[in-house]
Amino acid sequence: MDEIVKVVRDYVTREYLEEGDEREITETTPLISGGIVDSFSMVSLLRFLEKKYSIHIPDAAATPDAFDTVQSIAALVRRFQKAEV
Amino acid sequence: MAFTDTVRNGYQTEIEGIKAAGLFKGERYIHSPQGSEIEVEFPVGSEIKKCINMCANNYLGLSSHPDVIAAAHAGLDSRGYGMSSVRFICGTQDIHRELENRLTGFLGTEDTLLFPSCMDANGGFFEACLNEQDVMIADRLVHASIVDGMRLCKAMQDTFKHSDMGHLEEKLQEHQDKRYRMIITDGVFSMDGDTAKLDQIVSLAEKYKAMVFLDDSHATGFIGRTGRGTHEHCGVLGKIDVITTTLGKALGGASGGCVSGRRELVEMCRQRARPFLFSNSVAPVIVAGALKVMDLITISTDRRDKLEWNTKYWRGLLKEAGFDVKEGDSPIVPVMLYDAKLAQDFAHGLFDEGVYAVGFFFPVVPKGQARIRTQLSAAHEKHHLDTAIKAFKKVGEQHGILGLGKKELVAKYAS
Repeated sequence: MDEIVKVVRDYVTREYLEEGDEREITETTPLISGGIVDSFSMVSLLRFLEKKYSIHIPDAAATPDAFDTVQSIAALVRRFQKAEV
Repeated sequence: MAFTDTVRNGYQTEIEGIKAAGLFKGERYIHSPQGSEIEVEFPVGSEIKKCINMCANNYLGLSSHPDVIAAAHAGLDSRGYGMSSVRFICGTQDIHRELENRLTGFLGTEDTLLFPSCMDANGGFFEACLNEQDVMIADRLVHASIVDGMRLCKAMQDTFKHSDMGHLEEKLQEHQDKRYRMIITDGVFSMDGDTAKLDQIVSLAEKYKAMVFLDDSHATGFIGRTGRGTHEHCGVLGKIDVITTTLGKALGGASGGCVSGRRELVEMCRQRARPFLFSNSVAPVIVAGALKVMDLITISTDRRDKLEWNTKYWRGLLKEAGFDVKEGDSPIVPVMLYDAKLAQDFAHGLFDEGVYAVGFFFPVVPKGQARIRTQLSAAHEKHHLDTAIKAFKKVGEQHGILGLGKKELVAKYAS
């Protein structure tokens, strides 16, 4: 599995699933439209990504669509990693 | 710009979208004063129907209390109808300050400032007291007004899983580099009716040098042995740095809210909180009524005690009937149905049987957590609850859900 996907998936599982929540987060599990992450709690994920990968994700790019799956989040990280190079 | 057909059509499409998503909120017209029995016109234009009200925030039954009404009348006569001014120009009467002092004494804080509503108190507090050097760490289920207030503030935002003290501690450790840390929670959570672990929150706040912000709107007046609120219930009176609460629920139910807490934080709000600065305060007539409310809840705990009895009785009735009830001891008693359509149909069924209660579903509560939220009042008599449970049982039988637990309910409506 892609390293970024793994890191994001692990963080989402740890940060957002309540104790006893047995749902499995896959690459395509809908996070925002699925009610797992909301715009209020999304901020910590954004900050985690920026810190972990030393990137800056502007507010305009941090859309609910871009944050809706582990896959799309990983794509967003890659996009801004390239931009930082 | 004119309100052209294109603009109108744009809004109409958006409204249709809200309807199509099942999120459209209609109003039901009440033709009587607020109380345990109300007269409801629903849908609009239909005959008025008398219902038992199981969904008001009228926890102490003071919304239409004769002494409160009489005090409000007297206040109207002696202090007039409106102030036509914000507080710092010519909008502060002696009774505003008197009410603030009464709230300070009741809540066990250092000072209090009235706001037009608790929504405004929560909307204005954070921006007035914190800046980019600070961090706000909120329980994920705090009220929407806190979320809005946090968004208006430049301090860093963070959240912790609902009532998860381990997660909160991780966040406090993570943010030790900030100037000020503020832990933010509701006292009683409005959708689940559960109570914050305020004693543990205060311990963590002391350990990690954080302030504690508490919205006690669903607790002030009745939670705790003498109704002071969640901080009394959890044994941490005097240890909460900021309490916001409302006059719009148990304390007469009209309108108004406040920030109550450390003297300096209250002063910062007086100087900088925009909803306080740029809006008229609570009208004199409401202040006069609220002062009477303070008298009533200070001289006796009878109403609070009756509410506690009603809550236990109602919880018992629901469980005995076979409903899946969320655990807790507040007068917010959610009957879990898990399915959004079932929650809506159930509420309609109850209304047909003369019981007014509302179904809640995503996005108001998490997906798959649909429910009927019932709320108790000291205005309820035993016979109201005995009648209401008959309606619940009848509608429950119609849907074949009595005795079903979460798994069975979810499975039944999965297809």
